[in-house]
Amino acid sequence: MLDDFMVRAFLAGLGLALVSAPLGCFVVWRRMAYFGEATAHAAMLGVALSLAIETDVFFGALIFAIIMAWLTTQLSGRNYAMDTLLGVFSHSFLAIGLVIVSFISGVRIDLMAYLFGDILAVSKSDLSVIWVGTLVVLGLIIWRWKPLFLTTLNEELSYASGFNPKREQLFLTIALGITVAVSIKVVGVLLITAMLIIPAASARNIARDPEIMVLTAGIFSCISVILGLRSSYVFDTPPGPTIVCVALAIFIALNLVSTLRRLKL
Amino acid sequence: MRRKASVTHVQSWCNSSMALITINQLTVAYSGVVALKNVSLQIGAGEIVTIVGPNGSGKTSLLKAIIGAIAPQEGNVEVKSGLKIGYVPQRLNLDPTLPISVGRFMRLTENVTKRECKQALEQAGVSEIMDKQMSELSGGQLQRVLLARALLGSPEILILDEATQGLDQPGAAEFYKQIEKLREETGCAILMISHDLHVVMSASDRVICLNGHICCSGTPQAVAATPEYKELFGADTDGALALYRHNHDHKHDHNHDKSADITEATH
Repeated sequence: MLDDFMVRAFLAGLGLALVSAPLGCFVVWRRMAYFGEATAHAAMLGVALSLAIETDVFFGALIFAIIMAWLTTQLSGRNYAMDTLLGVFSHSFLAIGLVIVSFISGVRIDLMAYLFGDILAVSKSDLSVIWVGTLVVLGLIIWRWKPLFLTTLNEELSYASGFNPKREQLFLTIALGITVAVSIKVVGVLLITAMLIIPAASARNIARDPEIMVLTAGIFSCISVILGLRSSYVFDTPPGPTIVCVALAIFIALNLVSTLRRLKL
Repeated sequence: MRRKASVTHVQSWCNSSMALITINQLTVAYSGVVALKNVSLQIGAGEIVTIVGPNGSGKTSLLKAIIGAIAPQEGNVEVKSGLKIGYVPQRLNLDPTLPISVGRFMRLTENVTKRECKQALEQAGVSEIMDKQMSELSGGQLQRVLLARALLGSPEILILDEATQGLDQPGAAEFYKQIEKLREETGCAILMISHDLHVVMSASDRVICLNGHICCSGTPQAVAATPEYKELFGADTDGALALYRHNHDHKHDHNHDKSADITEATH
């Protein structure tokens, strides 16, 4: 079954859907959209270095995503605002990555595959990396759900309940790093933020409680992957962008419905 | 930048006194800038203590040190072993994208039944809002929900951080009446941090006037009479500024002295 590239693509996409939905909810709640984007861009340096030393891009991307996230949280608020630092690091990391790639001779590197993903080329070992990453992040979020959510609402409240918001922030950073690394093969660094944010934003239209929003986001995310892959096969379009287009269609449809409902009332 | 992390929260197992929280010569600094210097303070069971101070006086730092959110540079905070703290934050970071109903919010930290939630909400003066979204609440309702949540774990001490910000004067007065009633009913100690001097002080057993260090402390009347207090809150107006506000919602003789003024605010 796993020998079929389409089956592997579906499984890889579903893994990404399950990991990006809950994390995406935290990203929108905490207004970290730009943070996610920047982390993804920075991961490109990791990809380049991994290619240079001929190892799996997953760990390179993971390490640089986390370095980037850690650097900005550590340095922000001293001399520069968070978004300034994110801009400085993410784009320099991306630029350095692209420069390094240009030096790598011998190997022909399809950069597009890392910028936009290449879900149809996912191998069995990629698949295991994706699912291990997914399960780790899901486990982390389920395990830390209460403190993560409390910290999002109010840091002092979290302290007073005996948690450490700084540690929870670190957990979230690591989860984001893993998600970025896992997503690179599937949708690429440029479209990761879309998978984090669009399903979560769609779910907001329906959910009245946070857990429901996470579940709904997960469902939308899975639907986007399944329909997106299917359409990309039928219409012969690039799979990653098609998945994002389906997610967007769900978002627009739900907003139209809720706007219409509001007008009627 | 350099912080001694080792002295954060010393749990005291020897019950040397009845104190719930004991602060010993606490000094807090941020990147070398001292926010609190040499602050010592004890809060006993069932006491209502109010900390007042102007902006930048270290009120928030003191509170953060008590709940363990910042490590002191020197000194320590001793918390009675197993002390149940009910914390009422100033506000929540409720992003419009974050859906949460009152009922769900109430059950975030404690494992409680729906009936217990309802009871706590009634006790705090709001009922029938269990299914409402937190983002739909008015300022007053939100404060009461925050209070109700803090009450759920039957805390020995309630800590309120500028709890009446965003409430108008009668709303704030009403809120503090509720707090006093709570103390009578549950016997839990209350630590309030505020610059909402007037109404707060009248409800307190003890007022601590903070400005980087403890300027003065004592009963509301005693504190209001000290020159330090007058200097902090009404240097130009001989203390009248701080006491001015409640004159709007009370009808009485304006020629009496200020300490009497404060006592009257209780009525």
